[in-house]
Amino acid sequence: MGFKVFDLGLVDFMQALSIQKKILQEVVVGILPSALILCRHYPVITLGRLASSANIKLNQEALLKNGIVVYRVERGGDVTYHGPGQLVVYPIINLNYLTRDIHYFLRRLEEVAVSFLSGFGLSASKIPGKTGVWLGGKKIVSVGIAVKKWVTFHGMSINISGQDMANFSFIRPCGMDIEMVSLEQALGEKVAFEKIKDRLVSEFKEYFPSALTMGG
Amino acid sequence: MVKVAIPELGEGITQVTVSYWYFKAGDKVKKDDDLMELVTDKATFNLPSPSSGLLSEVFFHEGDTAKVGDVVAIIAEDAG
Repeated sequence: MGFKVFDLGLVDFMQALSIQKKILQEVVVGILPSALILCRHYPVITLGRLASSANIKLNQEALLKNGIVVYRVERGGDVTYHGPGQLVVYPIINLNYLTRDIHYFLRRLEEVAVSFLSGFGLSASKIPGKTGVWLGGKKIVSVGIAVKKWVTFHGMSINISGQDMANFSFIRPCGMDIEMVSLEQALGEKVAFEKIKDRLVSEFKEYFPSALTMGG
Repeated sequence: MVKVAIPELGEGITQVTVSYWYFKAGDKVKKDDDLMELVTDKATFNLPSPSSGLLSEVFFHEGDTAKVGDVVAIIAEDAG
């Protein structure tokens, strides 16, 4: 049985999390081998488990005025922002069929993103000690995962559209003073979400050939 | 009595931070329940309980750093 791709479209963060957990359970018990969930989120700021709320620069009221809600979630990492301009992928992958190595998986995820971006002619890179993918010193992909029974959830978000990049100014992304950049900003042209999803899925197939199809 | 130790989580991972306890000392736990959550780099890891019984002692608390192999808790197994 092959892995399954779930395309949730534009979806509320908590609703997507609930779907993630349902699919995670199916992978844990072997009903599904592995899965990829693709989606975009309404504006939301999420705090990883040990994140400091001091890394959010606006108070709750000001955030709500900007249409942004805040949640604390069980992933690793500090604070991040998600909005409709990002393509978010939640790989629900059984590491028992890859390798039981969390850092290996994180580095592999970054390689997927680097390869995906190279398809647009961009030379993005990993930076040792700074999880994520970077382009000219600016961050273009954020990564934060959780692992349960050696199955991964949460994942990575790729800044695609420039439309809501200004919302990153409300936080210190990952607890650092860094600049973010989107694919459209880097290319100087519009990118259609529908055209890039398949490319991302193909990258996952290439980088996780066995883990996506074994088990289940 | 079963010792709960920090497992190998990957090459180069020598220590983790305890990010969350799903139970507290004195609670009953079941084998494979999520016992505690550890964090390394940008990942959290749910450590399942190795045994059913009473979580009798907890040595590391949320925010503490533990090394791979450290015993973080003791589970007193069910008598029956």
